[in-house]
Amino acid sequence: MRSVFPGDTPEAPGRPAVEVRGLVKRYGPKTAVDGLDLSVARGGLTAVLGPNGAGKTTTIETCEGYRRPDAGTVRVLGLDPVADAAALRPRVGVMLQSGGVYAGARAEEMLRHVASLHAHPLDVPSLIDRLGLGSCGRTPYRRLSGGQQQRLALAMAVVGRPELVFLDEPTAGLDPQARHATWELVRELRTDGVTVVLTTHYMDEAEALADDVAIIDSGKVIAQGSPEELCRGGAENTLRFSGRPGLDLGSLLKALPAQSTAAELTPGTYRVGGRIDPQLLATVTTWCAQNGVMPDRIAVERHTLEDVFLELTGKELRA
Amino acid sequence: MSHVTSTSDGAFTPRPGAAPLSRMIRAQAALETRMLLRNGEQLLLTVVIPTLLLVLFSAVDIVDTGDGEAVDFLAPGVLALAVMSTAFTGQAIATGFERRYGVLKRLGATPLPRWALMTAKTCSVLVTEVLQIVLLTVIAFALGWSPQGNPFAVLLLLVLGTAAFSGLGLLMAGTLKAEVTLAAANLVFLLLLVGGGVIVPMEKFPGGVRAALELLPISALSDGLRDVLQHGAGMPWGDLGILAVWAVLGLGAAAKFFRWE
Ligand SMILES: Nc1ncnc2c1ncn2[C@@H]1O[C@H](COP(=O)(O)OP(=O)(O)OP(=O)(O)O)[C@@H](O)[C@H]1O
Ligand SMILES: [Mg+2]
Repeated sequence: MRSVFPGDTPEAPGRPAVEVRGLVKRYGPKTAVDGLDLSVARGGLTAVLGPNGAGKTTTIETCEGYRRPDAGTVRVLGLDPVADAAALRPRVGVMLQSGGVYAGARAEEMLRHVASLHAHPLDVPSLIDRLGLGSCGRTPYRRLSGGQQQRLALAMAVVGRPELVFLDEPTAGLDPQARHATWELVRELRTDGVTVVLTTHYMDEAEALADDVAIIDSGKVIAQGSPEELCRGGAENTLRFSGRPGLDLGSLLKALPAQSTAAELTPGTYRVGGRIDPQLLATVTTWCAQNGVMPDRIAVERHTLEDVFLELTGKELRA
Repeated sequence: MSHVTSTSDGAFTPRPGAAPLSRMIRAQAALETRMLLRNGEQLLLTVVIPTLLLVLFSAVDIVDTGDGEAVDFLAPGVLALAVMSTAFTGQAIATGFERRYGVLKRLGATPLPRWALMTAKTCSVLVTEVLQIVLLTVIAFALGWSPQGNPFAVLLLLVLGTAAFSGLGLLMAGTLKAEVTLAAANLVFLLLLVGGGVIVPMEKFPGGVRAALELLPISALSDGLRDVLQHGAGMPWGDLGILAVWAVLGLGAAAKFFRWE
């Protein structure tokens, strides 16, 4: 896969920024990543969701070149993260899940240092300003708050003006203001053409930011798609309404598409399940009109990503 | 989905690139040196203890340092101690904690190559040693030190000593847990301070013990420096040889076994 021509990278336009195929990574007897496939579109924002221990960090760190796959292939910007590490390092920004800074270094000092390792870094003072790191002053890293440490790590990931950034839980432990500042920055990265891969435990974050969501569980991708696709597919939506008790649902079912369900949950409250689209809604209201029923409190309940997530990964806590 | 469109001025538009190698190494060496000089415990080890030993034992006749001025015996030993404190103890502890806190890991994702990081670390050690040696030399002169011998031999001893201690320090930092490194590096510092001919003449130890102790890098360094600076010897080949063997073994093992995470 390596290019023979210096400076010529094997990147066809439209080729994914990150391609992971059949990735397996074991730690001793434990299989952390178990045949994982993931494709990240160039210029897009991909969120990797999954419970604790699902294998998110392991996958990301394999893409960053920190770990060698036990099986499968990983290509980042068309290159091998281990063999082509030197070529990739200037182009890829990295935010580790934790740590990465000298205990005695000051925030601005560390950020300036990382900037000085790059050819065309961002303006450090304005980045400090944007992420509210100005108040850190001369405080050494080890005494910064967890949120300040997170924001510094984010700044370090983007200061070199990379094409692609891997952000491992960029908003873990942030207060709401800092979280929104981070969201804004991440959106701006994407607007400016940076490919972003982030991991998160927050469904709202994935829904708000991501073009593409990959849900990982036990080292495998169990669902991938846009937030809309994931909410639509898999989990069924429901329609609820109230009316006179004891309606004959048999005639309704006949009018509805094949896989639909209809039930009277409590006397006078009804639930219709299935693929809820405008046509189905019209069918239900027409049926109500024919039966002289005023459908009260009619509501379509759209599944959130959280419902999808819990449905796919189960509700029990992970080890 | 809340679609807030960012009004971006294109500040993040990708423009990747590594800085020139020389700039990266200089920046890294400067940062490492600042971290070292800012750290109180490190300064205690590298500056305060050698200075105190030199001043105290020159002024007060606690250990019998043989014929001649006490400072002529002590200055070479304290210079050897200074090299050990920076290249071995200080570097082992600092690097151990950098590894523990993911600093080495994170730096591995920057354009700075690993060999350049190690070069920068070496530069930082050398800069610190120069500062130590200047300080200790000035103090020793104030105490009436009259060194002799070949400056080139002194330089060679210091460089080989630095290489030997760096290898051992990095081997420790790259294989043990940071807390273990902290404890062990301090303990070794203390033991070698006493048993390595720094302030206690090797003649004080019984024959068999002495023969073993003389193979230690600290004994070779302090003995070699003393041969040249106190007794005006030419090239102390035996001591240089011992240091060279330690340097090859230490750096070789460090290169083989060092773990970055
Ligand atoms: N260095 C390691 N040695 C041994 N086991 C490890 C190591 N790193 C990770 N694991 C194990 O591999 C599995 C996946 O871990 P990973 O850190 O990738 O999960 P994650 O999805 O990032 O979790 P979290 O949401 O908690 O950050 C876990 O069971 C973890 O205990
Ligand atoms: Mg993780």
